[in-house]
Amino acid sequence: MIELQHLSKRFGGRKVEPVQALDDLSLSVPAGSLYGLLGPNGAGKTTALRILCTLLAPDAGQVHVAGVDALAEPRAVRRLLGYVAQEVAIDKILSGRELLHLQADLHHMAGADRLARTAELIELLAMEAWIDRRCGSYSGGMRRRLDLAAGLLHRPRVLVLDEPTVGLDIESRATIWQVLQQLRDQGTTVLLSSHYLEEVDALADRLAIIDGGRVIAEGTPSALKGALGGDRVTLRVREFSDEQEASRVRDLLQACHGVRQVVVNRAQGYSLNLVVEDSAVVETLRQQLAEAQLPVFALAQSRPSLDDVYLQATGRTLSDAELSVAGRRDLKEERKQSMR
Amino acid sequence: MTSASPSLAPVPSLSAEPSAFAEISQETLALTRRLFVQLARRPSTLVAGVLQPLIWLVLFGALFANAPEGLLPGGISYGRFLGAGVIVFTAFSAALNAGLPVMFDREFGFLNRLLVAPLRSRSSIVFASVLYITSLSLVQSLAIMGTAALLGYGWPRGAGLLLVLVTLLLLVFAVTALSLGLAFALPGHIELIAVIFVANLPLLFASTALAPISFMPPWLGWLAALNPLTFAIEPIRAAYAGSFRLTDVVLVAPYGSLNAATCLAILAGLAAGLFLLIRPMLDRKLT
Repeated sequence: MIELQHLSKRFGGRKVEPVQALDDLSLSVPAGSLYGLLGPNGAGKTTALRILCTLLAPDAGQVHVAGVDALAEPRAVRRLLGYVAQEVAIDKILSGRELLHLQADLHHMAGADRLARTAELIELLAMEAWIDRRCGSYSGGMRRRLDLAAGLLHRPRVLVLDEPTVGLDIESRATIWQVLQQLRDQGTTVLLSSHYLEEVDALADRLAIIDGGRVIAEGTPSALKGALGGDRVTLRVREFSDEQEASRVRDLLQACHGVRQVVVNRAQGYSLNLVVEDSAVVETLRQQLAEAQLPVFALAQSRPSLDDVYLQATGRTLSDAELSVAGRRDLKEERKQSMR
Repeated sequence: MTSASPSLAPVPSLSAEPSAFAEISQETLALTRRLFVQLARRPSTLVAGVLQPLIWLVLFGALFANAPEGLLPGGISYGRFLGAGVIVFTAFSAALNAGLPVMFDREFGFLNRLLVAPLRSRSSIVFASVLYITSLSLVQSLAIMGTAALLGYGWPRGAGLLLVLVTLLLLVFAVTALSLGLAFALPGHIELIAVIFVANLPLLFASTALAPISFMPPWLGWLAALNPLTFAIEPIRAAYAGSFRLTDVVLVAPYGSLNAATCLAILAGLAAGLFLLIRPMLDRKLT
């Protein structure tokens, strides 16, 4: 349903260091699926979605939605798409209902259909109590629900959501999750970006992990996690270790039977990330450490998660990636781009 | 709440495309309605927009009330002379600010909402602004004209009134186009406000709004005679003086005398020129 092929996009250049937001990114979203785009802040998710929604032109690459070329026929694609942006753009002076009516007119809906459809969505997203109040008084959750309703008004075949649940209360998040699943069940293709692992894990039929503007892993959540195999163990011999000690422990543990891989995680105070055959290996590890007279500050064991998929592909965890990226972003430049 | 309902099913296919005119009118009317709802709920813009020119009229009129008789050409009183200048300047200022709401929409991301919608023509955004500003300017102008009449400065009759309205429409269209062009070309509202600030008063002082060309040093007279505001002020002033034949000379400029029809033609040319000039830019930004 959605085909992104070899997309590249670079921002900045004249005054600021150019940022390669997308670097040959390709993605294929099957019709009727709920597809997740997972990656740290600054990975290129929003840029990819803005290109898909015809708000931004790529430097290179192709975009097709339901077989329609988005770069050649942007208006046809706009009719197929509903877009719920990351920063909620709402006119504070209008009421929610007036905003929905405006949106309906921009999609050329007929008068009767407009009223019926608005009423349906108000009920679906439980907005009756406040829909006639001015948008300026809405909480974050109300705004996001209204924005979702605006995106769904014209019954799009593809719904695109950029970080739909960031900073939301639990009730609003649950409502949005439920509506998204229901949409998928009734045939709408849903593409959402998120930097919440558990959100993508719980919702998505398939997902792509994006880092540095390219897809580094793609598949169903269970296949991605299953491909890693084994159990994960995170070990800290003390709260803040050093490189020397960490490599000594790594050499010691690498020799153990049943240990597949040991990675020193510098960003986490030189803790060790191990992949082990099964849970029985953990006991062996404890014995080894005791014999070598090494303390154990923390030792945690888990099944592989999407974060491990990310760690495996990039050598760092998702949360570390976000921290390192946060400093490098030029928000002013991004803002300028988003105003175009 | 989220019981299964068929309403979520996507549209199976796209029907035949309805007429462009119907779609563009629907878009333009919806966007215009939004601007008027904003105005109705935030009337301070309108109140200030009407009060400010009235203060101009009363204070400036009073300032020169004791000017010697016969100072101005034709021996008219200063208040009567000033009325046309204030009307034109008010319409001009309102139109010059037309780009601000669009700039704020850009900055708050609301414009994105419009840009992801399948608008038949993105010029609808421009049309909506022109409709809104024109109506607003008309209300302001009528308020000024009413006050001027109460102050004893007269009221243009018949064709004169028509001449006033046509002149204002041409000026508002030209300046609104310019302001919207700036709203898309400049990086943010700070820059836009700076441009408006720099353009506003000098254009007023270098026009015949406050004094006739015969009062000015030659260099300023030349500036005033080239200033678009002058071409709007003089026909309106003539209409107030009771002359509304298009062939009457209304402006004696250093380069020659112009009649009302020529002034209007210059304004129309300016409006068309500015619209054509910003069109490619709007297309580039809006497609």
